[in-house]
Amino acid sequence: MRKSNLHHLTAPLIDNNPVTLQMLGICSALAVTTALDTALIMGLALLTVLATASTLISMIRAHLPSSIRLVVQITIIASLVIVTDQVLRAFAFEISQRLSVFVGLIVTNCIVLGRAESFAMHNPVWPSFLDGVGNGLGYGLILMIVAAIRELLGAGALFGVTVMPLAAEGGWFEPLGFMLLAPSAFFIIGVLIWVIRTRRPAQVEPNDFPIILQVGEEKS
Amino acid sequence: MSRNSPVALWRRFLALPNDSRTKTLGVAFLVSLVAAIAVSTTSVALKSRQEAHVQAAREAKLAAMVATLPGLADVMRETGAQSLQTVIVAMDTGQIDPTKDAATFDFLTAQSDVTQSKPLAASDDPAKIGQRPNLAPVYILRGTEGLALVVLPVYGTGYQSTIRAYLALHGDLTTIAALSIYEQGETPGLGARITDPAWQALWSGKRTLDDQGEVTITVVRGAASTPTQVDGITGATRSTTGVTNLVQFWLGDLGYGPFLARLKAEEF
Repeated sequence: MRKSNLHHLTAPLIDNNPVTLQMLGICSALAVTTALDTALIMGLALLTVLATASTLISMIRAHLPSSIRLVVQITIIASLVIVTDQVLRAFAFEISQRLSVFVGLIVTNCIVLGRAESFAMHNPVWPSFLDGVGNGLGYGLILMIVAAIRELLGAGALFGVTVMPLAAEGGWFEPLGFMLLAPSAFFIIGVLIWVIRTRRPAQVEPNDFPIILQVGEEKS
Repeated sequence: MSRNSPVALWRRFLALPNDSRTKTLGVAFLVSLVAAIAVSTTSVALKSRQEAHVQAAREAKLAAMVATLPGLADVMRETGAQSLQTVIVAMDTGQIDPTKDAATFDFLTAQSDVTQSKPLAASDDPAKIGQRPNLAPVYILRGTEGLALVVLPVYGTGYQSTIRAYLALHGDLTTIAALSIYEQGETPGLGARITDPAWQALWSGKRTLDDQGEVTITVVRGAASTPTQVDGITGATRSTTGVTNLVQFWLGDLGYGPFLARLKAEEF
């Protein structure tokens, strides 16, 4: 694999992460991260859809009329999502019940359409596939980190296996109920963004609306 | 190669400018065709697997509901009954059909098969099921003092989906022991709250008939004031109305009414 191609795979992990840098896919990141197993399946589902959609769209990009470009992209993405959802219902029924609508909502996940429109439409098949896998992994990575923190502190377990015995069941750990609520994911993602941007200041966005003191205004 | 061979036609199609009308329509058609084939193939190929899971979930739900019914464990211990007895009921007459094997009877297929069901006029069809199967399974549990529990599978249309549930009646056949909704596709967060265990628990102990013997059990807005009323859920009016309609339909003359009347007269 050439180095530039490898870059498509690794860049979205941290340097250009779809969740922490581009702020996409936040909705599902809040919803499915109460437990590691749902986060893992959701990450895999998105990775599959994203990689396949990017590959297919890249394959037909030279023959896509620009007037129906978005419609075709959405059709391909939606079909892949339905197929993924059906496969999950057949082979991972219990998890698909817990993920409820969120697999179906991958259709509206901006990461998938964003990569199709901004990358797969202008690049050959192999880099598009790698870009899809890379972004899927980047999304999955954030999901897994958030889910690990939430499940550990909220239920004292990892992948459903008790790590810290709960006080209610005779152990010593008093779970943080807040971790099982959606807002906790906001805080964890916020902290992750802060950590990443402290280490990589290049990711800090310029201030679009700085407070500028008017001429003649006194500094107080 | 002739000018009109499929390969040549395909090459000419690809060579068209992307913004020509033919190519736009052609690409839209081809993408839709491939997408439709992919979706329908997966759906058909995986259907039996998915239904097996739904079936298992349904049976687990029935077992769980039976396990939570008050006093049922005592009844089962006293009678030595291990499980519910399943009978197949002919809906029109209310008779038990002894020729049908409960283990192999496919209620789900009977609901949509025209040869196994009877079309309903819109006025007779508050549950909006279109056709009613001729046969239906009923689960019966008898205790030392006679009939203890009757579980009726019921279904009907809510706001946007088919709601399927088990309705359990006490031995007097007019008091609800439990309602357990095991399948629905109502709006998540709104109508889907009909699956909330706290709301379903409100049905326990309600009476299905009023003093005149009419089926009047209903979900009301706000708080219930009579024994035949159940509290509504704010934001789930259409879904709870759907539940009311299906419970009333299945307890009525076109539903299990004739069977319940015979059961009450102790014909079986």
